[in-house]
Amino acid sequence: MKKLIFMFWCALLTLPFMGIRGAAYLFFGIAVSYGFYVALANMFGKIKKPDLPVNMKLLSTALIIFSFALPFLVRDYYTDVAILVCIYILLALGVNIVIGFTGLLHLGFAAFYGIGAYSNALLTTALGLDFWSALILTLILSSLAGFLLAFPSLRLRGDYLAIVTLGFGEIIRLVLNNWDSVTRGPNGISNIPSPVILGFEISSLKYYYYLVLLFMLSAAFIVKRVQRSRTGRAWLAIREDETAAEAMGINTRKYKFMALTFGAFWAGLAGALFASKMHFVSPESFTFMESVFVVCMIILGGLGSVPGVIFGSLILVLLPELLRDFQLYRMLALGAGLVLMMIFRPDGLIRSRQ
Amino acid sequence: MILEVRELTKAFGGLKAIEEVNFKVRQGSIVSIIGPNGAGKTTLFNCLTGILPSTKGRILFEGKEITYWKPHAITAKGIARTFQNIRIFAAMTVLENVMIGQHSRSKEGLFTAVMGTTTFRKEEETIKSKAFEYLEFAGISGYADVLADNLPYGCQKRLEIARALATEPRLLLLDEPAAGMNPQETLELMELIRRIRGWGKTVIIIEHDMKVVMGISDWIIVLDHGVKIAEGTPNEIQNNPDVIEAYLGKEEVF
Repeated sequence: MKKLIFMFWCALLTLPFMGIRGAAYLFFGIAVSYGFYVALANMFGKIKKPDLPVNMKLLSTALIIFSFALPFLVRDYYTDVAILVCIYILLALGVNIVIGFTGLLHLGFAAFYGIGAYSNALLTTALGLDFWSALILTLILSSLAGFLLAFPSLRLRGDYLAIVTLGFGEIIRLVLNNWDSVTRGPNGISNIPSPVILGFEISSLKYYYYLVLLFMLSAAFIVKRVQRSRTGRAWLAIREDETAAEAMGINTRKYKFMALTFGAFWAGLAGALFASKMHFVSPESFTFMESVFVVCMIILGGLGSVPGVIFGSLILVLLPELLRDFQLYRMLALGAGLVLMMIFRPDGLIRSRQ
Repeated sequence: MILEVRELTKAFGGLKAIEEVNFKVRQGSIVSIIGPNGAGKTTLFNCLTGILPSTKGRILFEGKEITYWKPHAITAKGIARTFQNIRIFAAMTVLENVMIGQHSRSKEGLFTAVMGTTTFRKEEETIKSKAFEYLEFAGISGYADVLADNLPYGCQKRLEIARALATEPRLLLLDEPAAGMNPQETLELMELIRRIRGWGKTVIIIEHDMKVVMGISDWIIVLDHGVKIAEGTPNEIQNNPDVIEAYLGKEEVF
């Protein structure tokens, strides 16, 4: 029955851009291949499911090597997309700490992303600092923002927290949009310089890609390590059962603050890299949709799983690029994908545990 | 006296769940708290562990006042508990659940974890091996890498006890540990509780199963409608007319 619904759903979704015939083909195509699969399964006994975790280490090594070779293999356009993927992975890692590990449904993360981007932009253009000292200040500022915004919001739980954080996200965007004298309002800030390492300006796409990739990989490494530490366990315990966590000696308030500060740190880093890559920031890039988009990434990939988050961001940034020809149906495909996920893999594509 | 409760009152609005309850618990004893449903037993536990703030009265643990402390501070001080409706961390493994219990007995933070320093790794090792010991003590070390959610019911109850023990308490509060267990499991549980006491820990249990209560308690406290109606040894309680009345209703005398 589930399969039938699945087939029907696929057909229905492709109906608008494939026409009734295309949809019917798809419907029967899936039906036939499923029938084929069942027949095969009956013939050879149970088809063994591939054992994912065993090859995980090999797979990730191969992926890392591939990601380093990438700029030499593809057109510049795809390197550009890859940079965006890395920036989103950084952002998603931050959000994952708050939502995936600690279980705080935070819907205003674009705010920290925006704070990171704007502080980098302002520090380098208005104050004329170089990228690296601006980056350090940016990271301090965005972590501080995470810490301060935790005060009013952490008194709340669940849905109420979601609403309040959503409000915060909008407040930050409105401030960026309306504080003309500093942020130059909707016009944004342009001419943000590229980073310089030892007198060498990282302006070409290739070099910038490597810079972002290194940041992303070290972030993934660090987050993974923290996840397996006492701090990470405390976060998970809070997600699972706050009262029990408290009774086990975890100062839940303190650890929630830590999660938000740490999450905002990575979001700030993503923002700073975004600003110096685009050389331009405007409030448009930090809307509520951006927050939702990142939440979609971590839900798709698997809440609380670092490889899942990376995979989810990869898909959700790549998919719209690949579906460029079907501009109008992008959101539809995204929505359909999420609905299918909720039916078939409610724990995300890569579960945090088997 | 490891625990002393003086005129403890907890009110929810106009309703007094516990009213002026006084009792003392001797070091190294097993004390049962019994009473009909709604007598305020779990509320009393919640007050003792700080999960609910007490309205009035004082709680002294090892002579020190802990009345308005936060739950995590009380756990760090040396009181641990289990819950009536199992509250394990379902999406974590059995071993990780018990490792959480070690939280207040370890101290490594974010930065040492990021750096992966040797002190950090050593502490992780200690936490892990200690957690494993508690699992063995509770008799569920065979399930160490199983997701807690997939454990059978009886083992989940044992896991809760192992996790509470991992906080290295001197006073352990068990909220209906035998609920839902079959007679064999109940016997094993009683044995486990005796062994915990043998470790020099004091145990307070809330229990409805009279076989357990009469079998292992040194002292019984009876609550009814938030008021302590009796306390004494199992023998005294069994023959106490007030207790019989609370449980069975008043006897009609012709």
